[in-house]
Amino acid sequence: MQFSEQWLREWVNPSVNSQELVEKLTMAGLEVDSVNPVAGDFSKVFVAEVISTTPHPDADKLSVCQVSVGKSELLQIVCGAPNVRAGLKVSCAVVGAVLPGNFKIKKAKLRGQESFGMLCSKEELGLAESADGLMELPSEAPVGQDIREYLELDDSIIDVDLTPNRGDCLSMLGLAREVGVLTGAAVSELEIPPVEAVHQEVFPVKVSDSSMCPRYVGRVIKNIDNTVATPLWMVEKLRRGGIRSIDPVVDITNYVLLELGQPMHAFSCERLSGSLDVRLSVKGEKLTLIDGQEITLDDGTPLISDASGPIAMAGVMGGISSSVSAGTKDVFLESAYFNPVSIAGKARKYGLHTDSSHRFERGVDFKLQVKAVERASQLLMDIVGGEPGPLVEVADEAQLPDTQFITLRSSRIGRVLGFNIEEAEVEGILGRLGLSFECESAGVWLVQTLSHRFDIGIEADLIEELARVHGYPRIPTRMPESILRPVVRSESSIAISSIKRNLVDQGYQEAITYSFVDPDFQSLFQSHTNPLRLLNPISSDLSEMRTSLWPGLMKALQHNYNRQHSRIRLFEVGTCFMPEGSGISEQQKVSGVVSGSKQEENWTGDSDTVDFFDMKGDVENLLALTGESASFDFARAEHPALHPGQCAKITKSGKPVGFLGALHPKLCKTLQLDGPIYLFELQLSEVSGRRIPFYADISRFPSVRRDIALLLDETIPSGSVSACIKEESGELLRDIRIFDVYSGRGVEKGYKSVAVSLYLQHVERTLGEEEVAELLESVLKKLKKEFNATLRE
Amino acid sequence: MENLNEIVAEAQAEINLADSSASLDEVRVKYLGKKGRVTSLLKTLGKLSSEDRPKAGAVINLAKSALQAELEVKKSTLSEREMDRALAAESVDVTLPGRVLGAGGLHPVTRTLERIENYFLSLGFDSVSGPEIVDDYHNFEALNIPDHHPARAMHDTFYFNPNSVLRTHTSSVQVKEMKVTAPPMRIICPGRVYRCDSDLTHTPMFNQVEGLMVGENVSFAELKGIIEGFLQDFFEKESAVRFRPSYFPFTEPSAEVDIQCVICGGKGCRVCSHTGWIEVLGCGMVHPNVFKHAGIDSEQYTGLAFGMGVDRLSMLRYGINDLRLFFENDLSFLRQFN
Repeated sequence: MQFSEQWLREWVNPSVNSQELVEKLTMAGLEVDSVNPVAGDFSKVFVAEVISTTPHPDADKLSVCQVSVGKSELLQIVCGAPNVRAGLKVSCAVVGAVLPGNFKIKKAKLRGQESFGMLCSKEELGLAESADGLMELPSEAPVGQDIREYLELDDSIIDVDLTPNRGDCLSMLGLAREVGVLTGAAVSELEIPPVEAVHQEVFPVKVSDSSMCPRYVGRVIKNIDNTVATPLWMVEKLRRGGIRSIDPVVDITNYVLLELGQPMHAFSCERLSGSLDVRLSVKGEKLTLIDGQEITLDDGTPLISDASGPIAMAGVMGGISSSVSAGTKDVFLESAYFNPVSIAGKARKYGLHTDSSHRFERGVDFKLQVKAVERASQLLMDIVGGEPGPLVEVADEAQLPDTQFITLRSSRIGRVLGFNIEEAEVEGILGRLGLSFECESAGVWLVQTLSHRFDIGIEADLIEELARVHGYPRIPTRMPESILRPVVRSESSIAISSIKRNLVDQGYQEAITYSFVDPDFQSLFQSHTNPLRLLNPISSDLSEMRTSLWPGLMKALQHNYNRQHSRIRLFEVGTCFMPEGSGISEQQKVSGVVSGSKQEENWTGDSDTVDFFDMKGDVENLLALTGESASFDFARAEHPALHPGQCAKITKSGKPVGFLGALHPKLCKTLQLDGPIYLFELQLSEVSGRRIPFYADISRFPSVRRDIALLLDETIPSGSVSACIKEESGELLRDIRIFDVYSGRGVEKGYKSVAVSLYLQHVERTLGEEEVAELLESVLKKLKKEFNATLRE
Repeated sequence: MENLNEIVAEAQAEINLADSSASLDEVRVKYLGKKGRVTSLLKTLGKLSSEDRPKAGAVINLAKSALQAELEVKKSTLSEREMDRALAAESVDVTLPGRVLGAGGLHPVTRTLERIENYFLSLGFDSVSGPEIVDDYHNFEALNIPDHHPARAMHDTFYFNPNSVLRTHTSSVQVKEMKVTAPPMRIICPGRVYRCDSDLTHTPMFNQVEGLMVGENVSFAELKGIIEGFLQDFFEKESAVRFRPSYFPFTEPSAEVDIQCVICGGKGCRVCSHTGWIEVLGCGMVHPNVFKHAGIDSEQYTGLAFGMGVDRLSMLRYGINDLRLFFENDLSFLRQFN
C-alpha cells in the first residue's frame, strides 16, 4: 500500500517528521519499504498562461509562444508540444530553473528564435514515467505561483508492506487511525452527510447468495457528465496512491477505495438489463472483464449478473459490457460487503489480482458500505454533476459478522509477555485503538471487537495489540528459567555429523544438491518406475523427486569437471523419495563420487588414478564407525549405472545397505567425462548404528603366523575364501589377511593364486606346533572341498 | 719378544689406516681374533718355562689391552663419522609440500547449521527431523493457515496433488512433535524446505531451522532473551538487535528480528538496502489455534517459536553475495570453507 504523506497528514498530523513517522510505522508492524519524493527535484517552475502562439518561421513543429508567469513582461518561449495553445495554463521553467537530472534552463536560440524558458510535461518534472505533451493545468490555476506549491509537491510517497492481517490499513482512514494510536495525535473525522434523493428511480437488486454477500448497497445517479476532467487534486492523490486516472467516475470510485478502504464499482445504467443478481457462477459461464480478457468461469465464483448474464466478478473486477464510458449519463454505484472466505483465492484462481480483491480477501469494514456510497455520490455530484436517487440496501443481518466480546486478563498479559503492563496503560491503549471495554473486576476487562479490525477476535489478538503499541523494544529481555531436561544421545547411534566428518577426513567435499532433478538425467542412473513428479515445477529440469543422490552429485561433478577441476571427491547426505507401492518412502542416503588421482598431484609422483579399491577403502572406513565392519558383506552385483565388472552390492545380515562401483563407461561417454569415476550410495539408517564395545581378555601368549598360497578358480570371490577360513578356524583365528592375489605366468589359465596370512592365538596358553598343523590341515581340507583349492607349490 | 713390538706397531699402523667400521673390524680379527697374530703369540706361551711364562703372558696381555683400547677409540670415531655421513645423505628439503590425501570440507550451510544447533543444544533444545513431503494439514491447516488464507500466497507451494506438498517450512515437524511429546518441550527442527520461487534472492530449495519451546511460563521476554543471545553468539558481536511487530498465522504476538547490518555496521550499504538493518529471522508466541490442533491446553501452557534461514545466515556470516552459489557446488566455492 502506497500513499501520500501529505494526504495522511490531512487526516492526522502528529508532530513528528517524515523519518520519525516512517520509523514509528515500521516499529509498529507496518513495515515501510520505501519513501520516495512525489516529484523530481526541481526549482523555479511556475504556473503560467500561454497568451499567444505563432508558428515558428523556420520549423514546422515548433511554436513561438508569449507566456505570462505573472510578471509585467511576457516571456517568449519556443515550444514543440502538440497541445500548446493560447489560453492554456501550463507549468513554465524560467531561465535559472533546474529540472530533475540537474538540467539547467538557460536563455537559448532555437532555429533563430530566442527562448526564455521551457514549458514542461509531467515527464520533465518527474511526475510521470512518460508524457506526450505539456501538463495542462486547470484554468483557475493562479499564474505566477510556484508549481511545487500549487501541486503540493513537497510530499513523499510512503510504501508500506502490510501483513495480511492488517487489511484495515489499506486506506487513508485506516492508516490515520493507526498513526493516531501510535502517536496519540487526533484523527480528523470525515463528515459524510447523506445525499438527498432527487428522483425515485432504483435498479432492482436481488442477492441470491447472502452468505457470500451479506450486504449490497447501490444507488442510481442520473444525468452525469463524464466528459469533464478529473480535478487535479484527485488525480494527484490517486497517482501518489499508485492508481492511474481513467475517467471521473472510475477515479471517484478509486478515490473512495483509497480514502475509506471500500472497493466500489460503477455500472453504466444504460447498459444494464432486467435486474441485478448477486450469485455464484455456474461452470461454463463467460465474462469479458474490463481489461478485455474473456474468462470462462468455474462453479462457485461470486458474480454480479443481469438479464444478459454475468456482468462483473464480484469483489474482483467489473465486466466490459456494463462499464462506464465517456458518454455514460446514468450510473449505478455499487458498494458491497463480500465475505472474505467467499472472495479469497478467487482472483488468484483466474490469474487476477486487483485492489478490490486484495481488500475483500483481507476483510473490509462491514459497516462501511452506506457511508462509501454517500461519499462517492457527493463526489460525483461535485465533479460530474448528476441527480441521485434513493439508496438501496439489501442486507442479511444473520449473515453479517457481528462485533463480539473478549475477556482480557491482566494475568494472561503478564504470562504471555513476561512482564506486566500497568492497568492504566492497558486501558489507554484499548481506548486509542477505539475499542470499547468494561472493567469486570480488577485486571479483567470485557472488550468489544471492531467492525474494521478483522484481526482482533480473541484475547491473544488483544495482547498482541498491547505489545505492539506498548513497543517491542520496551519489553524486557531475559534468558529462560525452565525445567532442565537432558538431551539424550544414545551411544549406539552415530550422529550424521560424525559420518560427514569421516568423509571430510577422507578428502571428500560436501555438496548440497536440489531434491528435484531432471527426469531424463535421473533415468540414466536408476531403473525405478514412477518417481514422484511435481505438479508445478519451476522448470522441467527440476521436476522429478530424486530417488538417488547420484544424479545431483554427477551434475556437480560435471560442473566442476567443466571448470578445470580434475580431482573431484564429493559427497552428500540427504533425502531420497522412493516410490513404494502407491506411496513414497523418504529415505536418508549418504553418497559419494570420486574421479581423478588418488592424491593431489605432487612432487613425489604418487599420482595414480583412483580405482575401485580406493573407494572401497573409503567406504570401509566409513562402515568402521559402526564398530562392526565384519557384518557388512560386499558381493558382486549389477546396477544400471555401474560397470558390470566393478559393481558391488553391500548388505548387512541380508539387508540391502547400498552400492559401490565404477560408473559405466557408456555413461561416462554420454556425460562427456573422462573415467574412471567411482560412486557409492548407502542407506543412512543402515550405517548409523554403532556397536557398544564389550571388553574381551587380551592374550598374554604369543601368536603364530602361517602363510598359505592357494591355487583356485579365478571366478571364486576372495571374500568367500576368507569367510570359509574364518568359519573353519573358529576362535583361535585372531586375524586374517589376504596379502597377495596373482594370476599369469606360473599359474594355469583360468586360475589364480591367493596368498593368505592366518594369525592364530590362544587366550590361555601357547599354541603347540601340532595344534597349528592340525588346524591348517582342516582348513585346507575344507577349502579343497568348498572351492577345489589346492596349496600352491 | 721383539716380535711382539713389531706386531703391535703394525697393528697400530693398520688401526690408524682403517677408514670404515668394516676395515677396522678386519684389523681386529687380524690381530685379536681367534687366529689373530696377538692371540697366536699367547698360544706360544706354553712353550716357555713356568718361570718365564707369567711374565711373558703379562706383557702380551698388556699389549692386547692397549690394542683393544685403541680399537675402541677408533671404532667410536669411525661410527660417529659414518653417522654424520648417513645424516647428511638422508637430509631432505623440508620446504617441499607434504604427501597428503587433500583436505575435504563441510558445505558452508552445514557449517552454519552446526553452529546454530550448538547454541540451541546448549540451551537444552533437542534437534528433531521429519518428512519433507507433508499433507496440507501439517503444512498449513494445523498452523492456523486455513484454505484460502491470504498468508498462503506468501508460501509459493510445490504440489504433488492438492493434499500433498513439499513442506514450505519445517514447522510441519513441530506439529507432529507437539502431538507426541508432553510439555515442557524444547526442540529445533533443521531441514530443507521448498518454495516455488527462483530468482536472484530465492532458490526453490533452502535450509531452515525452526524452534519451539513450550512450558508453563514461556514468555515473549524469554523469546527475546533466547534470540538476542543466539544472534550475539552466532555473529560473535554485540550487534544491536531489534524486534519488530509482524504477522505469522501460527504465532501471536509475532516479530521479525533485525540486526544491525553486519557488513556496514549500520551505516547503510547495498546489503541492508541502506537501512542499516538486516532482517534475520521471524518469531513469536505460539498461537492458541496451533495449540488447539496439537491438543495442548493453551491456558496451562504458553510457547515460543522461531524460524530462520540457514543459507541467509551463512551469507551474512561469510560475506557470500549470491544465494545460488550454495547449490552449484563449485569446488572453488566450497573449498573456501574448509
